[in-house]
Amino acid sequence: MSERVAVRKTYKLFIGGKFPRSESGRSYLVQSSNVSLASRKDARDAVVAARAAVKGWAGATAYNRGQILYRAAEMLEGRREQFVALGIPGDEVDAAVDRWVWYAGWADKLAQVYGGANPVAGPYFNISAPEPTGVVAAVAPERPALLGLVSVIAPAIVTGNTVVVAASATEPLAAVTLAEVLATSDLPGGVVNILTGAITETAPTLAAHMDVNAIDLTGVTDAALATDLEVKAAENLKRVLRPAPADHDWSVDPGLDRMTALLETKTVWHPKGV
Amino acid sequence: MTATTTSARSELSELGRSETALRTFLHGLPGVDQVGAEQRAAQLSTRSIKTTAKAQAIDLAIRMVDLTTLEGADTPGKVRALAAKALRPDPADPSCPHVGAVCVYPAMVPHVAEVLRGSAVHLASVATAFPSGQAPLEIKLADTRAAVAAGADEIDMVINRGAFLAGRYKEVYDEIVATKEASGDAHLKVILETGELATYDNVRRASWLAMLAGGDFIKTSTGKVPIAATMPVSLVMLEAVRDFREATGRQVGVKPAGGIKTTKDAIKYLVMVNETVGPDWLDPDWFRFGASSLLNDLLMQRTKLTTGTYSGPDYFTLD
Amino acid sequence: MFEYAPAPESRSVVDLKPSYGLFIDGTFVDPTDGGSFKSINPASEEVLAEVAEAGAQDVERAVRAARKAYDKVWGPMPGRDRAKYLYRIARLIQERSRELAVLESLDNGKPIRESRDVDLPLVAAHFFYYAGWADKLEHAGFGANPRPIGVAAQVIPWNFPLLMLAWKIAPALAAGNTVVLKPAETTPLTALLFAEICQQADLPAGVVNILTGAGDTGRTLVEHAGVDKVAFTGSTDVGRAIARSVAGTSKKLTLELGGKAANIVFDDAPIDQAVEGIVNGIFFNQGHVCCAGSRLLVQENVADRVLESLKRRMAQLRVGDPLDKNTDVGAINSAAQLERIRELSDAGSAEGAERWSPPCDLPDRGFWFAPTIFTGVTQAHRIAREEIFGPVLSVLTFRTPAEAVEKANNTPYGLSAGIWTDKGSRILWMADRLRAGVVWANTFNKFDPTSPFGGYKESGYGREGGRHGLEGYLNV
Repeated sequence: MSERVAVRKTYKLFIGGKFPRSESGRSYLVQSSNVSLASRKDARDAVVAARAAVKGWAGATAYNRGQILYRAAEMLEGRREQFVALGIPGDEVDAAVDRWVWYAGWADKLAQVYGGANPVAGPYFNISAPEPTGVVAAVAPERPALLGLVSVIAPAIVTGNTVVVAASATEPLAAVTLAEVLATSDLPGGVVNILTGAITETAPTLAAHMDVNAIDLTGVTDAALATDLEVKAAENLKRVLRPAPADHDWSVDPGLDRMTALLETKTVWHPKGV
Repeated sequence: MTATTTSARSELSELGRSETALRTFLHGLPGVDQVGAEQRAAQLSTRSIKTTAKAQAIDLAIRMVDLTTLEGADTPGKVRALAAKALRPDPADPSCPHVGAVCVYPAMVPHVAEVLRGSAVHLASVATAFPSGQAPLEIKLADTRAAVAAGADEIDMVINRGAFLAGRYKEVYDEIVATKEASGDAHLKVILETGELATYDNVRRASWLAMLAGGDFIKTSTGKVPIAATMPVSLVMLEAVRDFREATGRQVGVKPAGGIKTTKDAIKYLVMVNETVGPDWLDPDWFRFGASSLLNDLLMQRTKLTTGTYSGPDYFTLD
Repeated sequence: MFEYAPAPESRSVVDLKPSYGLFIDGTFVDPTDGGSFKSINPASEEVLAEVAEAGAQDVERAVRAARKAYDKVWGPMPGRDRAKYLYRIARLIQERSRELAVLESLDNGKPIRESRDVDLPLVAAHFFYYAGWADKLEHAGFGANPRPIGVAAQVIPWNFPLLMLAWKIAPALAAGNTVVLKPAETTPLTALLFAEICQQADLPAGVVNILTGAGDTGRTLVEHAGVDKVAFTGSTDVGRAIARSVAGTSKKLTLELGGKAANIVFDDAPIDQAVEGIVNGIFFNQGHVCCAGSRLLVQENVADRVLESLKRRMAQLRVGDPLDKNTDVGAINSAAQLERIRELSDAGSAEGAERWSPPCDLPDRGFWFAPTIFTGVTQAHRIAREEIFGPVLSVLTFRTPAEAVEKANNTPYGLSAGIWTDKGSRILWMADRLRAGVVWANTFNKFDPTSPFGGYKESGYGREGGRHGLEGYLNV
């Protein structure tokens, strides 16, 4: 009896909730698969999709965002073996699920921890609350390909931002598989957009893009590239998260920093009177 | 008066016919933000009025004083003395102007009238069962007619706060209209008793109600409840007379009363008049202070400016 | 009818020296490689004092002094002791507030009423507020053991010279950093008086260093490799340049930049207070305010009425001698700023907007610009897009709340916004949608040390004031 011929997967980009090939028609061979090689145009399309998704996602209730993120964790857990098959250690998949759940729970808590009433010296109600900054462009760490990626995406979107993330160039398959998880998690299209390919091609476009509000350089290892991206980001005063140290330990408690770096604080005043 | 204000005036005069129309109109007036109004009043209080401006302000303030005594213990002798002081506040200085009016209870009007006869000092009488206004309408109107008959040319009436706060605007309106009629040629000052109105929104509504009903002046207080005139209340009333004139062409006066005791206070009010409604109101015909002890302080400050030395209360007659 | 006689605040409380050195390591020193420049009174163009211009070696000296103080004294000092120094400074500011207020008005041109009643009380309040944080940082929500960053380079603007100094220095010192601060070249004098206050407070040498100078001095300072933190308040263009210059370094950066705030008036607004808010929003401090309500968005069905009231109110503004206690609008800070205001206003007229100012006599000497409004402005006009930083208001109308939000957000800036309506739910709906760091509802231009301040988008990043204001000075 002949062995069954497997159906292979095509690894494509994830933009606006869809899985398009690169508009350039290019792919590159990595992890024994052909993976889309995103172009500058793909990066721009992803920004457009991310921007379009901001209003609905930032405007959703925190509870709703928390539910959707938790749903994504459920989906991720369900595909554990699939990630293991891609070479992701089981421990890392578990850590990624746990991280996702941890961030999901912050959706309806961060405003209480990071904002609050300010006791101004006058007859005013005064309250500060965090808000998403908008569209975040991120460069995920090369590895750990899954935990690193989750650790970049989840803190950005839990508060209502949308992201365009450049996945690990050397291990992109986990990213595309994560996209499949997200596509089946009730996450609105465009909230997370994943580009595979060369960071040197996509990141400068994202850093210079005037409709991007923040850039997370976590995964940039080339110091000269990081500097160049930060310089480009200055053009519209993007919020910048600088590269993580090479020896960064992704397993430790991430704290609030990755979330708060991508937030604005809005303070509202109103007089108190009769 | 422009054609628009004429028609607006006739439209507004229709409002008094219906409770609903009055309510709709009064509740459609722009709100007053308490904090903002109080800050504006406080800001105006920081003006620094010195030297020539101060001298000018003091004389104007003296001319605007409604020299008042409203005590159970008032006697003919006391009110005559007060009237004499109204005519010549500073006997030592003939350049000192006379006050705007003397304000007394109806029973005291004849005694004051004797002294003021032939002078330019007005004679105001509180009426309408002052200060509570808690009497049947016929009694209030009789009170008013008696005061006018005795020689009062200005009537200070109180509104029915209970009716106003209960939303019975037409009742308040009708009472003012009736009192205005009973006052004949005498000017009618409508006391809102703002200390009992609770909010600036109410002060604005009561101001408009009094003006719509024909009041010639709107006045803050009787002086008989704990909260009398304040700067922000007077600010809201000044805004009301300003807006009313803009809408109808008719100018209405404002009289803060009670609690204004010092020259400094009086000058703050004049600054507020100047910067809120402008020079048209900087005249005793359109702005008055209901006060008693204020006059002596104005006189002392006036002496200080003319002589360069501070005077003392012993050099001015007690009220 | 009722003319206010001049009521000048006495200048005699200010003892100005003919010249000032740099404040480095606790003492005033002459510049090593710098020069000098003159600070003038913008209301009279009279020279107030000659001030040192710090060169690169002076920057080096100051950064080294700050580093030494950080390593040896201020960093290791217990928070409770840092707190006491800051409390001392706060008290001295209160004690000397009249002197500081007069000097601020002389050097800046702002009315004494504002420097006395707004700037100085807020300056003292900021030091008081942050003094109390110095020994409570572990409770500030930034982890159990938040650490200072090190040496902070701080560059501040000329619109609120001493207040901006307070916003920068108070949180920096409370968190345990040492600072090198450069005041604006047109308004260096109160910072130098503040240096004297540091001496009077026996603040350890090198904790606060003040370098006077212009753009070059500021650039040299923020680019200095020995600096760990850069804080800048000023124009968006300079902010951009600084953001580029710190790229690739580990310097932490906070920026408070320009704005083009919408002040939105609905038909159910408390009109008289709204008019005050509009006036306060754009004519406070001659409109030299980054969060100024420079775009009035008024609902079309009340536009005529609001404009009429606004014009009547503007006619009451007293423009003139900043030291006169009755002045509402003082002098434009510099000839260069006056030129910019004129240029943009002329562009407003040229682009077809209708210009109006109340009649007002402007002094012959000094830099002056009458309070001005433009009506018939559209979103496309330069005066609706560019920050004028002067007493010039652009008036636009809107029909629906959604249109108001859209117009308000249609700018690269996002510092502040105003909403005027008596309807509470509409305020909250609007506040949710406005992309601005500070939203004033039924009020405007209110500030408090406990209240975070800072912008979205090109208005910068980071917050000053409140618990949030510590974050920029802690290693978190």
